[in-house]
Amino acid sequence: MDLDALTGCLASSACLVTQTTSGFIIGMLLFLVAVGLTLIFGVLKVVNFSHGAFYMFGAYFAMTAYQFSGSFALAMLCGAAGTAILGLIFERIFMSRVYGADVLMQLLVCYAFVLIFDDVVRMIWGPEFKSMGMPAAFQVAPLFIAGGVVPPYYLLLIGVALAAAMILGLGLARTRIGKVIRAAAHNPGMVSALGINTGLIYGGVFALGGMLAGLAGALAAPVRSLTPGMGFSVLIESFIVTVIGGMGSILGALIGALLIGLIRSFGSLGFPLFTEGLMYLFMVIVLVSRPTGLFGKEVA
Amino acid sequence: MTRTRKPGVSRRATLAMMGAGAVSFATPWVARAQAKTIKVGMPTILSGRVAQLGTSSRNGVMLEVEKVNAAGGLAGRQIEMVIRDSKGQPQEAARVARELVNTDGCEILIDAEASSGAFAVHEVARDLGVLCLHTNSETSALTADPKQHIPNAFRTARQGVHDSIVGGSYAATIAKAKGLKKWATCSPDYAYGRDTTAEYVTYLKRFAPDIEIISESWPKLFQPDYTEVVTKILQAKPQALYSCLWGGDLTSYIDQANIYALFSQMEVFAVNMADYTALTVVKNLPKGIHSGNRYIKTYPATPENAAWGDAYKAKYNEYPTNWSWENATAIMLLAEASKKANSADGKKIAEALRGLKIKSPFGADGTVTMRAEDQTLVGYAIGWGTTIPQEPYVPQVQAGDWKTIFELEAEWKKSKGYT
Repeated sequence: MDLDALTGCLASSACLVTQTTSGFIIGMLLFLVAVGLTLIFGVLKVVNFSHGAFYMFGAYFAMTAYQFSGSFALAMLCGAAGTAILGLIFERIFMSRVYGADVLMQLLVCYAFVLIFDDVVRMIWGPEFKSMGMPAAFQVAPLFIAGGVVPPYYLLLIGVALAAAMILGLGLARTRIGKVIRAAAHNPGMVSALGINTGLIYGGVFALGGMLAGLAGALAAPVRSLTPGMGFSVLIESFIVTVIGGMGSILGALIGALLIGLIRSFGSLGFPLFTEGLMYLFMVIVLVSRPTGLFGKEVA
Repeated sequence: MTRTRKPGVSRRATLAMMGAGAVSFATPWVARAQAKTIKVGMPTILSGRVAQLGTSSRNGVMLEVEKVNAAGGLAGRQIEMVIRDSKGQPQEAARVARELVNTDGCEILIDAEASSGAFAVHEVARDLGVLCLHTNSETSALTADPKQHIPNAFRTARQGVHDSIVGGSYAATIAKAKGLKKWATCSPDYAYGRDTTAEYVTYLKRFAPDIEIISESWPKLFQPDYTEVVTKILQAKPQALYSCLWGGDLTSYIDQANIYALFSQMEVFAVNMADYTALTVVKNLPKGIHSGNRYIKTYPATPENAAWGDAYKAKYNEYPTNWSWENATAIMLLAEASKKANSADGKKIAEALRGLKIKSPFGADGTVTMRAEDQTLVGYAIGWGTTIPQEPYVPQVQAGDWKTIFELEAEWKKSKGYT
């Protein structure tokens, strides 16, 4: 434990800015993965255990697109669009068959696909780790804000993730499609009776969730190494985020992800040997005091 | 209706096999000694996150086995490698090793496991008495601790304490020259990371006593994001950073630290940087990272080493790893010991191996030696240098001095109560 370092940091604006942005960076990528997870659970009532695979595919798609085109924007687009298509296919062919089945069956199917997807990546891209490399445009000196260090790439990353959160939140709250999705989450039988194709909605939501995870993977690709199985550790943290925020709540996912990010960034100063533990401890506290999570009552 | 033969084994074949079985049971040792091939079992990691290293171990072995077989094999017997996947799990490594000897009839084991599995295979070797060459485990205790010592087990890999002595003295020289007093460490949070870092710091402080460690970070093994660790180190403002992160973890760390311009703010010492698996993957490798040599074909700077690296690349379309040379060395030593003993018998080879010095592309002076007292490899090329982002990656390597290594190693052994 090193509380001096923590209090010292809280007293200095430079440290505060650096650690807060660092917490936001970790949190925002987690949010993109977790929000897909929570959205799919909210509407489809399925815990998509294979969600980490979409994060992995997003990163690999982005890397491949970047290698062929050299365009960062195209790489992001490919990462997001590719995983959306993959999500749609996966949902229509496999997941849609187990909606009625019990949770164990759904978990088994998802876990099978965790292994299958990892092996597919291994076959296509090889077992060794890869790196996409930082696009030249972002290979610049970091910015100094109030004495704190902030890399420009991370500003972009936070911006994109925040934009995704806002579009998603507003889209669900204000648009007709958003209303239909919320209705389908609430009472799919009634929505179907009104002549709306619920299969399409389910496929669409799954594709959207996959796309967000893919976007997270694509955004992470320039700074994280790519390996088969890279989705798994992200998935575990995303579960923690959704449990803290409340399953099915988008706002909960955002708050939960940011809290986890900040716990990591400040925890590593104050409790360097217990950073991981701190995260789980926080989850336990939330679960004991609010078993539904911080925003668990909301229905997406 | 014609009678058709049932699939499976015919009566005649069964009889023949029973006959052969009876003969071999009656005279088992004759049958074994006259066998044309000698089976060498090799448990290694062929699946999972470090599969690439297991594959490179297999490649290193096969490259040399082909040469040995072309030259007549071990005392006239062709080597037949039986290579099995342990998935990197110690209990699986032990099971596979036992099965290779008992069921497959392997007479020699090449233990190409990481440290966790190597200790498990070591116990199998102790139990079965089979000749065993540890090729990848660098944990010092495996051969340094007398409790681990068995006459039939050898190590053909680096040893952690050797690396720490050379790394510590190299860093101390630079620390003194540049006045680097405040240091930070950042290593993966498991046995290897903790032990290696502690040993390194011990020797660093020994050679440069006024050094102070002002910040320690222990990220989890295979952690995807190091941002909080990077910013923590930036806050601490050390003058130098030591890390024994490796593989994909190291490349992630570099990519993430790069955009914070960390490498321009301190000297970085990363022992596992100068391995092709990491060097060729990082797209924006910063200049001037200090690293130990793992395997690079330009160090030792001899035609033999370059030729070996190129031959490997030509055959497998990638550069060798640290594990490749360590495994190749096992076969080179086996071949030479068998020639000296004029036998393929495990016990005789073991006898010949003790103290054996062979010519090697990986030797600091063109030779490596299997030290008799603790049956571990010494005299291999060991040094540190700074990296550049293109070949030859580490243009100048400052060689470690084996005389100093021996002195300090003896002292270290004494302090541990090993001698």
